[in-house]
Amino acid sequence: MAHDHHPTGLSRWLFTTNHKDIGTMYLWFSFIMFLIGGLMALGIRLELFQPGLQFWDPNFFNTLTTMHGLIMVFGAVMPAFVGLANWLIPMQIGAPDMALPRMNNWSFWILPFAFGLLLSSLFMEGGAPNFGWTFYAPLSTKFGPPSTDFFIFGVHLMGISSIMGAINVIVTVFNMRAPGMTLMKMPMFVWTWVITAFLLIMVMPVLAGAVTMMLTDRHFGTSFFDAAGGGDPVMFQHIFWFFGHPEVYIMILPAFGIASHIIPAFSRKPLFGYSSMVYATASIAFLSFIVWAHHMFTVGMPVAGELYFMIATMIIAVPTGVKIFNWVATMWRGSLTFETPMLFALAFVVLFTLGGVSGVMLAMTPVDKQYHDTYFVVAHFHYVLFPGAIFGTIAAVYYWLPKWTGNMYSEFWGKIHFWFSIIAVNLTFFPMHFSGLAGMQRRVPDYNMMFEGFNQMSSIGAFMLGFGQIIFLGVLIHCIKGGKGKATDKVWEGAEGLEFTHLPSPAPYHSFEQSPEVK
Amino acid sequence: MSLLKKVMSGLVLFVSMIMGSLWAAEPEYSTLNLRPGVTDNSQLVYDLHMEVVVIMFAVAALVFAAILFAVIRFRKSKNPNPAKFSHSTTLEIIWTVVPMLILIYLTKPAISLLLDMEDTSKADMTVQVTGIQWKWKYKYLDSDIEFISSLSTPAEQYNDYERNAAEKGENYLLEVDNEVVLPIGKKIRFLITADDVIHSWWVPDFAVKMDAIPGFVNETWAKINEPGIYRGVCAELCGRLHGFMPIVVRAVPQAEYDQWVEKKLAEKAEAERLAAEAAARSWSMEDLMAQGKEVYEAKCAVCHQSNGEGLGTFPALKGSKVATVDSADDHARLVILGLNAMPKFGEELSDADLAAVVTYERNAWGNDTGDTVQPGRIAELKAGK
Ligand code: HEC
Ligand SMILES: [Cu+2]
Repeated sequence: MAHDHHPTGLSRWLFTTNHKDIGTMYLWFSFIMFLIGGLMALGIRLELFQPGLQFWDPNFFNTLTTMHGLIMVFGAVMPAFVGLANWLIPMQIGAPDMALPRMNNWSFWILPFAFGLLLSSLFMEGGAPNFGWTFYAPLSTKFGPPSTDFFIFGVHLMGISSIMGAINVIVTVFNMRAPGMTLMKMPMFVWTWVITAFLLIMVMPVLAGAVTMMLTDRHFGTSFFDAAGGGDPVMFQHIFWFFGHPEVYIMILPAFGIASHIIPAFSRKPLFGYSSMVYATASIAFLSFIVWAHHMFTVGMPVAGELYFMIATMIIAVPTGVKIFNWVATMWRGSLTFETPMLFALAFVVLFTLGGVSGVMLAMTPVDKQYHDTYFVVAHFHYVLFPGAIFGTIAAVYYWLPKWTGNMYSEFWGKIHFWFSIIAVNLTFFPMHFSGLAGMQRRVPDYNMMFEGFNQMSSIGAFMLGFGQIIFLGVLIHCIKGGKGKATDKVWEGAEGLEFTHLPSPAPYHSFEQSPEVK
Repeated sequence: MSLLKKVMSGLVLFVSMIMGSLWAAEPEYSTLNLRPGVTDNSQLVYDLHMEVVVIMFAVAALVFAAILFAVIRFRKSKNPNPAKFSHSTTLEIIWTVVPMLILIYLTKPAISLLLDMEDTSKADMTVQVTGIQWKWKYKYLDSDIEFISSLSTPAEQYNDYERNAAEKGENYLLEVDNEVVLPIGKKIRFLITADDVIHSWWVPDFAVKMDAIPGFVNETWAKINEPGIYRGVCAELCGRLHGFMPIVVRAVPQAEYDQWVEKKLAEKAEAERLAAEAAARSWSMEDLMAQGKEVYEAKCAVCHQSNGEGLGTFPALKGSKVATVDSADDHARLVILGLNAMPKFGEELSDADLAAVVTYERNAWGNDTGDTVQPGRIAELKAGK
């Protein structure tokens, strides 16, 4: 490659405009956040191991749940997907790089500052945010600690970063596809990411609006969320969930795309129902805008509203079901092997289905009045987030790592990582269904003895799960340092897509200097 | 194929075990499953829940069985030559339409149940429930009874930082000082609101969970079929002691309820008489300090802490400007009226208790101002003098 030279050392990373460097930074950043957020989760599980307050003051416990949620959502899952988008989209559509490389650099480098602001609040007088990652008013406005303002600016920065990342994806995909790659020939990961990018552009400004209103309520005498001044605390929830529900899909659609690459590759058979996959993804994205108040069935909405949001929410099960059935049909009469990426992808399908089952249950308003704000909900969203978004990301890393580094990772340790994680994830989150149904509410540091057994299981599982991710770190470092020898260009027997068929392993610094022809 | 059969029967066993444990769970006090509860609607909610569980688990079991079959039958060693098909319109239509039908089937009973749950008209009596950081206030609108109900589990049972917590009682964190007493067989409307942040009043046995929102009043209702004690909790994160504001309802037959109302009214008259007496006499510093310490520990220490040093956003009173420099009147006014996140205590505490707690705060922890406040002065402050 003629102009493959670039600065080295720190300035390479500070000033880089290369999609692979930036992707790498996003992924490591997200992994670090994942470990920090994970430590906080362990702090939570430690306190909940047995009844009584053993470790934290209840206020710090609330801080732990709040920061755990914020860091995992905004620091771990979202940047991981942006990192994957950076690495993969140019290679998959036959482009040399992202369309807006300088903005790309900026959208990454905002993140360390955003999370610096957020994490610094842990050391401030009055403590860090303690009002839940959903930061409902007035707990977060009138009653929030002084550090809430740092949280507000942190969220603004994260939002700016996400919006810029999303613009970059959209511009790249619509302008830089190789000749011949029509929209309906785009790889599923690209499709799911474009749709995600539109969701981001539409809802991140709504989140920004919510935190800005909080800021003015706190400091400039407005009363958007204060009934005493003519405002309404429930309006906060409407605004938050108008962002929050699409956000749920922002955190899962790219994982859908990933599964749609891995399952065909290891089934040695094309994806079943490509176009219905695209349409299902688009309809899920559309529906995600019109169901937000199913998070609010106990706020006292008019009954007509409750009925509407129940029915609209149930409809989402249909396109989601289509996706799951399509993955199963892809495997049907294929020729399956079970390398680590496939194991994680299969676990993703199975456990995401379980999350979907509890999702349908939660959608039913009359019953949701019992489930709402209990550990049943905690179980539900961890089933879609951990085995969903995070297993999806892990599967992607194993699948594309040989292409990125040119080395094969250790299949043995990858499988150990898998079995450890899948046992631990179920041990952690399955019992939460039961404690929730039996009446344990969310976000409490202490509980009656009748919930002790299930909480102990969850705590043991959580520590196993945390330990399992150290194995992952080991596998990654080993692979980057040489791993189990060189990977072939195609890497996997059944791999499809430009990145495997048209690029060597490791992929060159500038992906495609000449556009490949797609037939 | 025999391996396949074994695995399949294993799967069936596993699923039926889960389902079995749900069914078999002791209905009254399950630690595994929802409770059928003691109202008609809670029973219907429970039935609907079980129906969804069965249907959705059946769907999931089908998916899992198909995956398992594929994993076993179509592994490379068994099926070296993959098929090439990549779509089937018929199949895709089937698995769009069948789930829709299932959902329609499930939605129908949900709609009628919901309409009934939201119909608060024609109630026999009304109780107003107010969430306050971290206790509940109940006001019986038909019988002029009002009281505050807060956690009665002693702190020795939950403070285990030194690993020396006292033994926990059976209803640990689910017990209160003043139970809500309600008659059975009556349609009771609850008007739910809050003073400070959002709380949520949840009694699982009634299938009632309603957010308590400051500045707004929500309505819900229950008609209890069986006498008994029903325990619930605050379900919406409401600050530091969110996990420590339980609800206890004692449902009794109407006659017993009427007796309780009478007793409560008599108690109230007696308390008013005592308060008037206390307010009329002049208190010594010792009496004020002794009484003030009691009130402080019961009502203020959760936020300002026993040592007066505060915690997080709750300011210290030890050496604070209000408690040492400002006048005793200003100090008392703040406690009567509240300020931002500081609750108002003017209604909850008697004049004597207010006088005592203000005196206590101005003289404890080395705040030795020497000021005393008399109940009579509190009454004047309340009247705006
Ligand atoms: C729910 C928590 C809570 C409880 C219970 C509570 N307070 Fe407060 N208190 C606060 C908060 C928060 C402030 C700060 C208000 C502000 O300045 O915005 C405060 C402020 C004060 C102040 C002024 C302190 C200063 O120097 O600014 C006094 C005096 C006070 N409280 C007395 C009491 C007394 C007496 C009680 C018990 C009868 C009590 N508080 C119970 C939360 C509480
Ligand atoms: Cu509460």
